[in-house]
Amino acid sequence: MAIVKQKMLALNGDEAVAYAAKQSDVDVVAAYPITPQTIIVERFSEYVANGEVDTEFVCVESEHSALTACLTAAATGARAFTATASAGLALMHEILYVTSGCRAPVVMAVVNRALSAPINIHCDHSDSMVERDCGWIQIYVENSQEAYDSIIQAFKIAENPELLLPIMVGLDGFTLSHTLENVQTLPDDLVKKFVGTRQFTLVTNHEGKTVPFKLDPKTPVTIGPLDLYDYYFEHKRQQEEAMRIAPKIIRQVHEEYAKISGRRYGDGLIDPYYLEDAETAIVCVGSTSGTVKTIVDELRSKGMKVGLLRLRTFRPLPVKEITKALENVKAVAVMDRSLSFGGHGGAVFHEIRHVLYDAPKHPYVVNYIYGLGGRETHPNLIHKIYRDLQRILETQRIQKPVQFIGLRE
Amino acid sequence: MTTQEKGWKEIPMAGVCWKPSTQYLTGDWKTYKPIRDLEKCTRCVLCVLLCPDGAIHWKPEKEDIEFDYNFCKGCGICANECPVDAIEMKLEEET
Repeated sequence: MAIVKQKMLALNGDEAVAYAAKQSDVDVVAAYPITPQTIIVERFSEYVANGEVDTEFVCVESEHSALTACLTAAATGARAFTATASAGLALMHEILYVTSGCRAPVVMAVVNRALSAPINIHCDHSDSMVERDCGWIQIYVENSQEAYDSIIQAFKIAENPELLLPIMVGLDGFTLSHTLENVQTLPDDLVKKFVGTRQFTLVTNHEGKTVPFKLDPKTPVTIGPLDLYDYYFEHKRQQEEAMRIAPKIIRQVHEEYAKISGRRYGDGLIDPYYLEDAETAIVCVGSTSGTVKTIVDELRSKGMKVGLLRLRTFRPLPVKEITKALENVKAVAVMDRSLSFGGHGGAVFHEIRHVLYDAPKHPYVVNYIYGLGGRETHPNLIHKIYRDLQRILETQRIQKPVQFIGLRE
Repeated sequence: MTTQEKGWKEIPMAGVCWKPSTQYLTGDWKTYKPIRDLEKCTRCVLCVLLCPDGAIHWKPEKEDIEFDYNFCKGCGICANECPVDAIEMKLEEET
């Protein structure tokens, strides 16, 4: 299919997400407003009030209930969407595991925000990085355009009958959620066609009958009941298997979408920028990648071999792709916008350094904790990181593997 | 765990049950067993209605009730609720 004509709208990140969910023909939205996600819920409730969608909008009393409503709706075969941030995601923690364990393909926008205390409404990745083990696919976007594109792709990925994994799409609070951007949008009918209708895998039920995997009184099944030491382990292994096939499906859907929209974000898993001949590179997730790209352009124009690896999909971790992308880089700085107190660096650093341990050539890998609670990530900080990496190459040693950047001493 | 149990590739996902729960005999969880005094029992069927496991049945052909010990977990609700104290909970090994 050829690239279609699109309409440019001025949207902030939250509005882009709400618009994508609207076009994706969602059956159920259950959500509870929380800064900086509020605009998503507001916009979507306006669509409902105006009769622009036939979505069942459930006003719940908490995020725990919001996700429970979405999980159960998805279990009946509905398309379900929710959105949250920070403390809201933390309150969902229990149900995140129930959702993935029930193989309910819920799509959720997480507008990344710091966790209390002290209370802070601005961006960092503490809220979703801590949920990396809960069995959800995690995609982090760089800008509002990508937020729009990723929400549409997310439904098609999550609902793939081979996969049935819930997805959270992370977008940086305020930096993206509240910042107006030109967003190219696809026609309604095309998005509806792209996402399609849910297809159901078949399972054997308790009566020995082959039935679709959904809660339906006509073809009863029991989903997610008691499971002790006899079968729990096997069911967890099945979830891990779905994660292992997820990269293939994420790439496929990303490519299929690129064909109609003309937009690609690397291969859908990683988004490398000038890495082919880079000697030093930054690895990061989210909107900071945009700032890093600007600095890469600047340094490249001066002949410096610098690059960036933006990790778009954090779960499942694209191990092979990361290894390949960084195979010739000599020094890598991983930027983490969250902190594992008492650990040796942040979540992204753990993964990158861990993956590179098995690589034939070990580059130097250092970690920078930055931007907690919305602290500005000034271009000077990125310059400093590239200078530090250069110094590591010159001296052939790492002084401090884990550092804070943008912090006052 | 026996070797007959299935591997992760063979079972349906998300804990979908592939056999009915009636094949899972929960009666072996019990410590105390309800024993009925046939003289005292008035066949009011209150115990049938209140049993949380549906383990007490009304048998119309016998005009009497019957305990299904395969599913009775020995909770004692029947004994507690019986209006004529016709049910006594006894240690299973003593019955």
